[in-house]
Amino acid sequence: MAKLIQSLANGLNLGSIYALTALGYTMVYGIIRMINFAHGDFIMVGGFTLFYLIPIMLKLGLPAWFAVFVAIIVCVFVGVMTEQIAYKPVRGQGSTTALITALGMSLVLENGALVLFGSAPRNVPPMFSLSEVKLGSITIPGTTVLTLVIGIVVMVLLTLFIKYTKLGKAMRAVPEDKIASTLVGINVNRIITITFAIGSGLAAVASMMYTTSYVSIKNELGITLGLKAFVAAVLGGIGSVPGAMIGGLLLGIIEILVKVYMLPGTYEAVTYLLLILVLLIKPTGLMGKKVSEKV
Amino acid sequence: MPKKIKKSYIVSFIAVVLGFLLLCLLFDTGLLGKKSAYFNGLLVVGMFYTIIVCSLNLLTGYMGEFSLGHAGFMSIGAYASAIVTTLIANQAELPGVVLYIIAILVGGIAAGIIGVLVGIPALRLSGDYLCIVTVAVAEIVRVVLSNFGIPAVTGTATFGKSFAGIQKVSDYHYVYITMVLCIVVMYCYIRSRYGRALISIREDRIAATASGINVTRTKVLTFTISAFFAGVAGAIYAHYITTLVPTYFNFSKSSEFLAIVILGGSGSLTGSIVAAPILSALPQLISYVVPSFASYRMLIYAVILVVVMIFKPTGLFGGKEFSLYGLLEKISGRKKDKKEG
Repeated sequence: MAKLIQSLANGLNLGSIYALTALGYTMVYGIIRMINFAHGDFIMVGGFTLFYLIPIMLKLGLPAWFAVFVAIIVCVFVGVMTEQIAYKPVRGQGSTTALITALGMSLVLENGALVLFGSAPRNVPPMFSLSEVKLGSITIPGTTVLTLVIGIVVMVLLTLFIKYTKLGKAMRAVPEDKIASTLVGINVNRIITITFAIGSGLAAVASMMYTTSYVSIKNELGITLGLKAFVAAVLGGIGSVPGAMIGGLLLGIIEILVKVYMLPGTYEAVTYLLLILVLLIKPTGLMGKKVSEKV
Repeated sequence: MPKKIKKSYIVSFIAVVLGFLLLCLLFDTGLLGKKSAYFNGLLVVGMFYTIIVCSLNLLTGYMGEFSLGHAGFMSIGAYASAIVTTLIANQAELPGVVLYIIAILVGGIAAGIIGVLVGIPALRLSGDYLCIVTVAVAEIVRVVLSNFGIPAVTGTATFGKSFAGIQKVSDYHYVYITMVLCIVVMYCYIRSRYGRALISIREDRIAATASGINVTRTKVLTFTISAFFAGVAGAIYAHYITTLVPTYFNFSKSSEFLAIVILGGSGSLTGSIVAAPILSALPQLISYVVPSFASYRMLIYAVILVVVMIFKPTGLFGGKEFSLYGLLEKISGRKKDKKEG
């Protein structure tokens, strides 16, 4: 029982990392119908920012977690630059071009990091020193609880933002109908840029959560994490914000449970098998809307 | 113009034979001296890249769908053929040619079978979703290969480790002939009734269905053929490099193949034939001359990809085929009418 609860906590922890990353994918896909392969690499960028900034923060006498705010700024900058330099010129050239450009940007970031930081894994210094939480016989690391709380808070805030603010409403309107939203005075280009900014900011938060739980980062971090998060987004129904959250959390729990109780080595295969099954049975995902084919 | 096409085939055939003789001259007479082995390696790599890139072009250029999992099919071909040839080599002494032919057939068929099994359910999807399914399939293959050993062959299970000691039978003479055969088969497939049906599906699926084309069957057939040739490329790779590591066939490899297809020109086999050897060898050659370049090579590659996408999204050849005969006619000044292909 203790093992199960501990696994569930770990699963939720991993799941909230996936969920935050999946949100970035799903928001971008929802608005411009493009798999932003580079999104996973934004997390890697955030991770390296934290790695270099935490010692500086400590030297300056500031708390280490201040580095997160800088990481958010760096990630938002990288994300918006990616969108402006690479994605904006190819918009409207068809999904093929968009997909390849995204793939190219992912390779650019990944290999740029390889040139800048090398291929050796780095250990990010801890940002928080929290005591373990004890519930009877179960002990859960404090960082797990913290990342969970941060993850939930961020997701709740994002949901509120999208649901009630004017900007959030515009973000929901653009995927529905681009021309109509232009007609009612929404600056579509600006909304797309803002979507990228929010997605990249979430990636920075995800990188903070990732590094507190898993410590080690390297330049290839973005690929695996990005692919998994994309699986989560598809699982929940791509384009749907609550779907990404549920898909992410579900995926995290499933992965940890498979790892602990079934085959430790093959949990990744189970993840992808799950994706294939979901796509074959219900291609729109758990929360996705059905799109009928136009003749 | 059947006569013109016949002439064009003869010209191409002569060019292929001349190419072969040129390679023989370069490598068999020891003209390159000490560097011969190095260039030989680049050549074999360039040739199996050509096969796999052309096979991917069948999907991307003519079916209009993406596969980001071709490294997975390649690994199936590589492992299947390696297991079979190692088993055979343990039992009996066979000449290299026989082993090589067995290897490419086994590799191709194994990958083709997986292609059918994946294709039948997966090709109901299209676009980004299909792309993601191929990624998932390749990742599953990679994880399975990293976790399950191959006990029968080496005697002891090799969990997640390299599969070493494969017969080195991928001689460049054989590989060259295989490459030419593969390209000819793919070219004929595209020009055939099925190929034209395929292109019509790409242009308008609903109209194609209305004209009586079995969309699912055509798509699955193409997917299988593509997987078959990816398997052949895998078999060549396995019997050239002699040691297989599952992590070689990762997502980056698949995206590299797709990038080459796009840079060469999606929908242009000649584009792939030109781009694959150059793009597989160029980074190696540059880092051979400038050693410090090694760490920058993939970065530059990626930047070029993005820049090409922004300024010329159709790639180098942009869906057009290069015709040697057409070029000859142009040079001799006899060409007046529309370029063939």
